[in-house]
Amino acid sequence: MLNSLFILNTSGDVILEKHWKSVIHRSICDYFFDAQKRASSPEDVPPVISTPHHYLVSVYHNQVYFVAVTTLEAPPLMVIEFLHRVVDTFKEYFDECSDSSIKDNYVIVFELLDEMLDNGFPLATESNILQELIKPPNFFRNISNQVTGKTNVSETLPTGQLSNIPWRRAGVKYTNNESYFDVVEEIDAIIDKQGSTVFSEIQGYIDCCCKLSGMPDLTMTFMNPRLLDDVSFHPCVRFKRWENERLLSFVPPDGNFRLLSYHIGSQSMVAIPMYVRHSIVLKDGTGGKIDLTVGPKQSMGKILEDVIVEVPMPKSVQNCNLSASQGKYSFDPTTKVLTWDVGKIELGKPPTLRGSVSVNTTAGAGSVEQPTINVRFKINQLAVSGLKVNRLDMYGEKYKPFKGVKYLTKAGRFQIRT
Amino acid sequence: MAYADGVTSPEVEIADVGASGFLADAKTRHADLKAMLDSSKDNLKMEAMKRIINMVAKGKDVSDLFPAVVKNVAAKNLELKKLVYVYLVRYAEEQQDLALLSISTFQRGLKDPNQLIRASALRVLSSIRVAMIAPIMMLAIKESVRDMSPYVRKVAAHAIPKLYALDPDQKGELVDAIDFLLADKTTLVIGSAVYAFEEICPERIDLIHKHYRKLCQVMADVDEWGQVMIINLMTRYARTQFTDPNLGEMDSEKEETFFSSDEESDDEGDSDDSAKKRKAQQKKKKEKESKPKPYLMDPDLRMLLKNTKPLLQSRNSSVVLAVAQLYYHLAPRNEISVIAKALVRLLRGHREVQSVVLMNIATISAKKRNMFEPFLKSFFIRSSDPTHIKLLKLEVLTNLATQTNIQMILREFQTYVYTHDKELTVAAIEAIGRCAVNIKEVTDVCLSGLVALMASKNEIVVAQSVVVIKRLLQIQPSAHKDIIMSMTKLIDTVKVPGARASIVWLIGEYCQTVPLIAPDVLRKMAKTFVQEEDVVKLQILNMAVKLLLTNREQSLPLVQYVFQLAKYDQSYDLRDRARFLRNLVMPQQENRLTQFAAKMFLTPKPAPVLESTFKDRDQFQLGTLSHYLNQRCAGYSDLPHFPEVAPDGKVRDVVGFGIPVPNEKSSAPQAASAASTKHSSKKSKKAETFYSDDESEGEKESEEASSGSESSSEEEGSEESEEGSEESDDEEEEESSAESSEEDEDDDEEEEESSEEEPPKKPPPKSATSKKERKVEPANKPSLDLLLDLDFGAPSGDGGSSGQPPLSTGPTLLPSAAGSVSNAPKAPTLSKSYEVIHTAPAQFVPKRSSELLNKVGGQGLSVDYRFTRSPSLFSNKMCAIELRFENHSAIPFESIKLVDKKLPVGVSVSGFDESVALAPSKSVSVMLGVDFADTTQDAVLSVEVSQSDESGPRRLTLTIQAPVGEQLEPVLLSQQQFKAEQSKLSGLNETSGKFKSSIAIDDVKAIVAKVYDLANVIQVEGIDSADKICFSGRTLSNKALLLITFSKTGEELKLAVNCEKMVIGSMLFKHIKQSLAV
Repeated sequence: MLNSLFILNTSGDVILEKHWKSVIHRSICDYFFDAQKRASSPEDVPPVISTPHHYLVSVYHNQVYFVAVTTLEAPPLMVIEFLHRVVDTFKEYFDECSDSSIKDNYVIVFELLDEMLDNGFPLATESNILQELIKPPNFFRNISNQVTGKTNVSETLPTGQLSNIPWRRAGVKYTNNESYFDVVEEIDAIIDKQGSTVFSEIQGYIDCCCKLSGMPDLTMTFMNPRLLDDVSFHPCVRFKRWENERLLSFVPPDGNFRLLSYHIGSQSMVAIPMYVRHSIVLKDGTGGKIDLTVGPKQSMGKILEDVIVEVPMPKSVQNCNLSASQGKYSFDPTTKVLTWDVGKIELGKPPTLRGSVSVNTTAGAGSVEQPTINVRFKINQLAVSGLKVNRLDMYGEKYKPFKGVKYLTKAGRFQIRT
Repeated sequence: MAYADGVTSPEVEIADVGASGFLADAKTRHADLKAMLDSSKDNLKMEAMKRIINMVAKGKDVSDLFPAVVKNVAAKNLELKKLVYVYLVRYAEEQQDLALLSISTFQRGLKDPNQLIRASALRVLSSIRVAMIAPIMMLAIKESVRDMSPYVRKVAAHAIPKLYALDPDQKGELVDAIDFLLADKTTLVIGSAVYAFEEICPERIDLIHKHYRKLCQVMADVDEWGQVMIINLMTRYARTQFTDPNLGEMDSEKEETFFSSDEESDDEGDSDDSAKKRKAQQKKKKEKESKPKPYLMDPDLRMLLKNTKPLLQSRNSSVVLAVAQLYYHLAPRNEISVIAKALVRLLRGHREVQSVVLMNIATISAKKRNMFEPFLKSFFIRSSDPTHIKLLKLEVLTNLATQTNIQMILREFQTYVYTHDKELTVAAIEAIGRCAVNIKEVTDVCLSGLVALMASKNEIVVAQSVVVIKRLLQIQPSAHKDIIMSMTKLIDTVKVPGARASIVWLIGEYCQTVPLIAPDVLRKMAKTFVQEEDVVKLQILNMAVKLLLTNREQSLPLVQYVFQLAKYDQSYDLRDRARFLRNLVMPQQENRLTQFAAKMFLTPKPAPVLESTFKDRDQFQLGTLSHYLNQRCAGYSDLPHFPEVAPDGKVRDVVGFGIPVPNEKSSAPQAASAASTKHSSKKSKKAETFYSDDESEGEKESEEASSGSESSSEEEGSEESEEGSEESDDEEEEESSAESSEEDEDDDEEEEESSEEEPPKKPPPKSATSKKERKVEPANKPSLDLLLDLDFGAPSGDGGSSGQPPLSTGPTLLPSAAGSVSNAPKAPTLSKSYEVIHTAPAQFVPKRSSELLNKVGGQGLSVDYRFTRSPSLFSNKMCAIELRFENHSAIPFESIKLVDKKLPVGVSVSGFDESVALAPSKSVSVMLGVDFADTTQDAVLSVEVSQSDESGPRRLTLTIQAPVGEQLEPVLLSQQQFKAEQSKLSGLNETSGKFKSSIAIDDVKAIVAKVYDLANVIQVEGIDSADKICFSGRTLSNKALLLITFSKTGEELKLAVNCEKMVIGSMLFKHIKQSLAV
């Protein structure tokens, strides 16, 4: 599937190369750089590029490109999915997957890639197995490694690979047995000029942190499982029981993982918990005016927190002179993004942002395009779809674990057209 | 890693580029590393190796250290060894001779008692690309495929393609090894075995026959990457082995072959017999050709489809896409739609995933529009999307446009026209043009919209709309004289060459429509000819010729002038064209073609067809690299076409894997089902022999797999928990565990039900508390703010820490709390089988809404309601209704709230608990859940509205009535279930009658659409008779099953509705009859 992998940064350097079959010279990346130059933004580089003898499949994450090279037909999505799995693994190991974190950990990165693929085909991608093979770096281990001259390669042999539940390592032990479940829902919405909802849907997921000894077998039931109509599961979930009984039965992986994600589509109505009243007038030469008001709407009595309003302004906007009744605003003259950090919206007077904008006279003929407004917010203790965990039972182990569940609603891709 | 920085110091970087001087430098530079590697201390060696790997990762050449490194291959230190291996694999190809030094270490490793050491030795040995050791590798592979440990076998499977790449001559032996591995029973190995198969011998489909059923069944348990491989293999396999399920013509002959050969399996080997039978079948076939029968799906194909479907739920997007392409290429038309939802879900993923998925959706939607129509809104463009995603979404939206949704789509397109993104602007205008052509109803609207765009200040918008209008006008030019005139005016202002060329062409083409203007335009263009771009010049020439032919006297001097200019133009092309045209229309000597000039230039031209550029993409298999790039990639092989006649299905018969059990093949003829039950009873015994594997690792899995792939994962748990007491005889143990798990399931089911139906205020049923579950009672509940206790079933748990459940602002939200529910009579005779029936999503959501209150009656407020057919958020007994309030007055409504409900016994209403405000000319929607208790009683709601003027609050009465068709939910039934249920619901529970239909009774689609429009039911798949159409659903409140059957009797249509609730049944019958009868 993969012949080679090149990790590049946005300034055009090859940070790392790894070959699973015969070596392919790094000049192959020039094709990629050409495509990168043509693209208007780093995200716009086509994910699959065809060159005379090779095909380049790339993903972009945090200023770093992962470019996989293949010579033969291969399912592109499989390569992409794998590369994202690599990114996720790096994130787990080094907290972030960036240019510098890779450069700081060449040896571990190289070893990880070596374990993840065999002859270019995925071998071990479950993080539980990988962590058994190669210990993630941490501060204390770094120091002790310096002293003792050890690396992070585990001394023990990876027995997890042999298990029939490959996602869980064997012999897990904790003094405090606890499991936490975060039900997170993101609202994706497009609101039109008039304030009516063009499109809205909910993207939800349950992230878990299980620190349970032994081989616990968990069963989770919901108050209203019918909401979960369109779901995808972690491989540990027994699909048959979900089909028949609408409950989640699983032996959890150790540590953090995403148990399931679900999608409540645009057919059902989604409550939009906030509104943005806006009047943005941008005129060439004469400048413009901005008047934004945000406030809660149908928020079920919960408070909107961490509200951030972002307006990517057109290129011709030079500066903004605004005053915010609450929170802070900033305007980045290079990226032309106006950011208003509103914070918590309390009941009472809705926060406003008013003022004038100076627009460059020379920029192009005609009126200036209207920007769209992106909004971010958070509502604690609420799953906007109404999904509710009913109970969680554990079988197979004797101890009593601590169980916690938390609900959170966030703005996903929440956009307001002006 | 301080050393790393030293290595990348600028001097070295420069030296790297330099040539000869560097080599000497390298020697000295690596001298210290060599010394470290030669030392006896492990930590020094480690340090050296780390630095070396650092350089390898950066792509620096450190091959000169090879001898020093290879010495350490036998190091005791495991970490060191691993790093040496990494180095070795990278450089062995370049240092073949030296690499041989390490081989003996690996050979020793292959004999190690520890399976992991064996595996790693094999892995490195096979990764060293040294041709000389190919025979050693071959030996190692041969041995390892028979290894005890499945992990070693997995690594061996991976080693096979490596050896093949090194030495293709070994193919024969390698194929034998693959054949052996394909028969492996552990899921760990199978995925890799299929990978090796696909890499080396994808053409040897014959090897798959005997593993086909096993592969289908274990698919769910294979790792994700293996799943993708297996699904792709299965797609190809099925294309060669089964007939096209969408072929309207019958192919029952294939079915026959399959089953008759099955009977044969008792006296196998009797070739004479089978030959005779085949002859007999051929005869039969000839007889049948005169009388085609409906297609019957091969049970093996059915099994494949059934086993891959759950994988649509995978978290791995490539698995989902692989299943989607399998369905697209193999499933019967009416089953394909299941993939739509899963694909749309993937759109939330990373941008690269989106790109690939959208590319595939675009291809599918070009052919099968209705699949994605319900998800139209998911393709709306956000300004934050990358450009190529935007363009793909636009493509999909255009493909999906139909008469009904075109308004919405056009409104979206309009917003796209005014975005920052110039490419999107251009594409959006193009898309409007395509919609205008494809949907006749909106052609005029689009055209006037585009004309309005021509007045835009943005040059790109103007230019592109001119180009698009040009194409539109070709469809009906005469009617749009004024548009041509207004475009003519633009010629002075528009600068973009493409647009200018379009205008000139248009005037030339329709110069007879605008006879007064055309010569004048030519005059203007002749003036600026020299400054124009080539495209425009060419069009000017064209226009000149056309004018000359229609209006010779006015235009001749101008035309001559233009030709003269063109004669001395810089462009070859233009000069050639001018010479050619001149000779045609103004010949120096007699030219026979001249008289035909008018015919050549003034023939009416067919309007260009504007269609999806993705139309031809489906020549490639979906989800492949070739499909994405729309070019034939190296190593791509076309998906074979379905065979006319399916090959013998008998090849797939293996001991232990009979044909699928009867309920799996809903479409199999009944005659055959008897035979297969016999077979399946045999199967259960044989399955054990098949899996009698003594290996410790294999054992668990084999036990699981014996009950079918999916249920295996289910049993895993119970086995796990009983592992401690696992001493008894295998068989007994398995039985008991199966039993206990069954009991468990029953318990759970009851529990689930009870928790849904009992009010939460009451203590939960004993069964729930008495079960062996652990609860944590948090000591300080109020302070536990975010972490809620999970045991909501406990008496106080529900209202506990968080106060109230999230959505609710009153008790009405909880399904059970609606007091009226208990008034509702319970369906007394619900049979147990109902519990396992699954609801399906609505097949069709009618867009129409009905008026509850018009704006006159509501004094400026109008109320519409609509049935969304989605599961109600409030209770599963409730019907989801969307109420839409619209303010037509100039005064805002300060609040609209529900104050009173007058409900008949049994009916209950939830939702709409908060008051809403409504500004003038705005509208707002609220969701309401109504449990009509399976009656046609009205739910009367009082709404209090207060306007901001002084008039004070008013009360309005809303009467909501639900047609019976909306009080249903679709449920999935197999053909057998349907028949069984229908026979139970005969007699008084059946309402039937015949009538003449207004729709052609052969038009199944139209009938289905009609029924979907009237009632929220789902068509039953796999009904074996072509004359029958069946639907299933159940009532929302009492969950009473409702079955609809259409059958043809001569010219008339016979309709039967079976429902336990006779009133519902007969009313629905009436409704359907009314709308269908003449």
